[in-house]
Amino acid sequence: MSFIHAEYPVASGDYTRAGEASADIKRRLKQLGVSSMVLRRVSVASYEVELNLVIHSLGGQLILDVDQDGVRLTSEDVGPGIPDISLAMREGWSTANEEARSLGFGAGMGLPNMKRNADDFEIESEIGKGTRISMRFALT
Amino acid sequence: MTIAELAALIEAENQTPSLPIDRTVSCGYTCDLLSWVMAHGEEGMAWVTVQTHMNVVAVAVLADMACVIMPENIDMPKESIDKAADEGLVILKSPLTAYAICGRMAAQGIPEKAE
Ligand SMILES: Nc1ncnc2c1ncn2[C@@H]1O[C@H](COP(=O)(O)OP(=O)(O)OP(=O)(O)O)[C@@H](O)[C@H]1O
Ligand SMILES: [Mg+2]
Repeated sequence: MSFIHAEYPVASGDYTRAGEASADIKRRLKQLGVSSMVLRRVSVASYEVELNLVIHSLGGQLILDVDQDGVRLTSEDVGPGIPDISLAMREGWSTANEEARSLGFGAGMGLPNMKRNADDFEIESEIGKGTRISMRFALT
Repeated sequence: MTIAELAALIEAENQTPSLPIDRTVSCGYTCDLLSWVMAHGEEGMAWVTVQTHMNVVAVAVLADMACVIMPENIDMPKESIDKAADEGLVILKSPLTAYAICGRMAAQGIPEKAE
């Protein structure tokens, strides 16, 4: 049984709306009574994964599911894919462009932040197809 | 220390006068790279940054921070301030440098991490 299922389309390059999906996810989980510790970890991960869709992808969506196993966040996009995942996971590695860097993105800390905050973290990517990230957070 | 006391300490102007400033500041931080801030953000934090765009507000609100401090009299654009006011996030503008702001905060015992 799923207590919550929500899908948030995220447009490539739309910096002004970036973070809105994460804000809504946080609001919903708070209403559900999720503890502030878990809320904080989900917020960090959802913000990082949402911003990666804006900055690096050609567009995609963020999906929230909550059931008795906890919170699941899934990010799917339509490309361009990540050529070397172990390199992308490394702290400090970034291919962010000048515009993104001038806004304070591109520290190469997003994926490491997600991995650190999620209880389970899975990433798969195919060049020309897209990237899929799935994270789970236990509720206790 | 409350946001109001912090504002006086760093000679700051409140850019979001519609919001209450009696909330307690739990800790302080300065950085302009948002993923670093995401990694360190804490409830009640006072964050000093030269970034002024909307994502600053998003990051601070997600982390439940007490306020964002613009150093060196940097003006935050109106749309960011309006968004902060909507979300209940106080924005302060100080004439001091980020270094001096953090120096004063540290000297008054505001820690790096919330207790
Ligand atoms: N959805 C995606 N599609 C394509 N490439 C991606 C995607 N997400 C991440 N990447 C690649 O992985 C790299 C590392 O991502 P990560 O989030 O760790 O850092 P960043 O986004 O570059 O900087 P930061 O998150 O610190 O602002 C990115 O620079 C990019 O090359
Ligand atoms: Mg990133």
